[in-house]
Amino acid sequence: MGILERFGERTIAFLEYLGGMTSLIGESVRSLVHAQIRYAETFVQAYELGIGSLLIVLLTSLFTGMVISLESAQQAVQFGIGSLVGGAVTYTSVRELGPMLTAVVVAGRVGSAIAAEIGSMVVTEQIDALRSMGLSPVRFLVVPRLLALAIMLPLLTVFADIISILGGMWIAQAYAHINPASFIASARQAVGFEDVVKGLLKALVFACIIAFVGCYQGLSTRGGAAGVGRATTSAVVISIILIFGTNFIMSYLLFGGH
Amino acid sequence: MEPTIYASLDDVTLSFGEHVILKNCSLKIVRGAITCIVGLSGAGKSTILRLLDGLIEPSSGHVYVDGHDLCHTPERDLVELRQKTSLAFQFAALLDSLTIGENVGLPLREHTALPDEKIRHIVDDALESVGLRHVYDSLPNELSGGMLKRAGFARAIVTRPELVLYDEPTTGLDPIVTNLITDTIVRLREKLGGTAVVISHDLHSIFRMADYVAMLFEGAIIAYGPREEIRTSTNPFVQQFLTGSEVGPIPV
Repeated sequence: MGILERFGERTIAFLEYLGGMTSLIGESVRSLVHAQIRYAETFVQAYELGIGSLLIVLLTSLFTGMVISLESAQQAVQFGIGSLVGGAVTYTSVRELGPMLTAVVVAGRVGSAIAAEIGSMVVTEQIDALRSMGLSPVRFLVVPRLLALAIMLPLLTVFADIISILGGMWIAQAYAHINPASFIASARQAVGFEDVVKGLLKALVFACIIAFVGCYQGLSTRGGAAGVGRATTSAVVISIILIFGTNFIMSYLLFGGH
Repeated sequence: MEPTIYASLDDVTLSFGEHVILKNCSLKIVRGAITCIVGLSGAGKSTILRLLDGLIEPSSGHVYVDGHDLCHTPERDLVELRQKTSLAFQFAALLDSLTIGENVGLPLREHTALPDEKIRHIVDDALESVGLRHVYDSLPNELSGGMLKRAGFARAIVTRPELVLYDEPTTGLDPIVTNLITDTIVRLREKLGGTAVVISHDLHSIFRMADYVAMLFEGAIIAYGPREEIRTSTNPFVQQFLTGSEVGPIPV
């Protein structure tokens, strides 16, 4: 196969992906606008996808806050700017690492689970069965997962921000003898409420990315168990790349490089 | 009296890329009758059921169900048309996160405003008709293959559809369960008074339940008629298929 043909095939596949994803988003929005929501299923998904991810999110955020503090606190004290460590840790956690790391962890745990579950339903004809019964797989499966993640990811991000700051505060005190009051004062000076809201807005967008990519990869599954494996891997890879790219764009738009 | 046609495939061709599954295939489904479709594995029999259920669209030709052309009909409009038809999948395709009772009651809960007690009553009745009332609270993975198929039947008939499509209902089952399922299909048709299309390889079962038999070969219907007419057909393809001979026009 020539380079041109391969390029053409890839382009068609990309356009098909874009078209399919647009259609999925459109149908999900239509279901939400018409309030076609399965509340009980949304609650179950919120519990399984959100509460189930809490421990791993808390652990990764705790260690991230601790390592930022570890890297910055001793040197900051050495240069006489120890009072800024609280600000540095909080600033990084709330605006960047909190939303992004939480999203990456959830993409790995939940995005893959969504793709695997829906992919298995495709290969065992459960999706065809839903359509055969006149039920929309989007309303039945996608919308509850989208809503659950849209609610739970910002909440998880709040917990991640808090635990990351607490971890940083602990390390700052233990290794650089920066007292918590000074740490908190610096944090309050560096980060405003607006920064927290913008961080949570990022989390909301990341939630949509994880839900749509996971569901789309699941619904596009072809070829039995191997296909489910491919869908699961692609869901995680595509979600993480989109999260990193979107994070850059949103940081630029929301914080304007400041 | 001339039998009336409930559904039909009109000159349908279906292909995926260069792979042609159905080629100028035409078939009429008589109202109120059980039509069995036979043919080699991979001949496209299950595809015909999916076409009749509106799950896939043909590349060309038309699919009619109760006078409606399913082709080029938007998914939203198909939802309404699908209330008239029901597909019992080969491996039941029950949602594994729901109990058998919840699976069977799902179309009623989603499409009607019936109270829970009424739905429970209808679901119990549907499960009773396939001899599975006792598994209401079981999960699909707790049932045997035969029980799963019958639970799939219960879900397929719970809304009392006009057309029930059975995809290989007896494949992989022992002779006793096969007979049980064959009798269940006949009994359900009598109870519902509707039309049924059955895909099967099991000739004994087919000639017990079918009113009409169609044989699919290389993407087209090559023989069609009342059960006895097909049983005594001199068509060499039909003869070879019915006798299971390796010698004949069907390449082995």
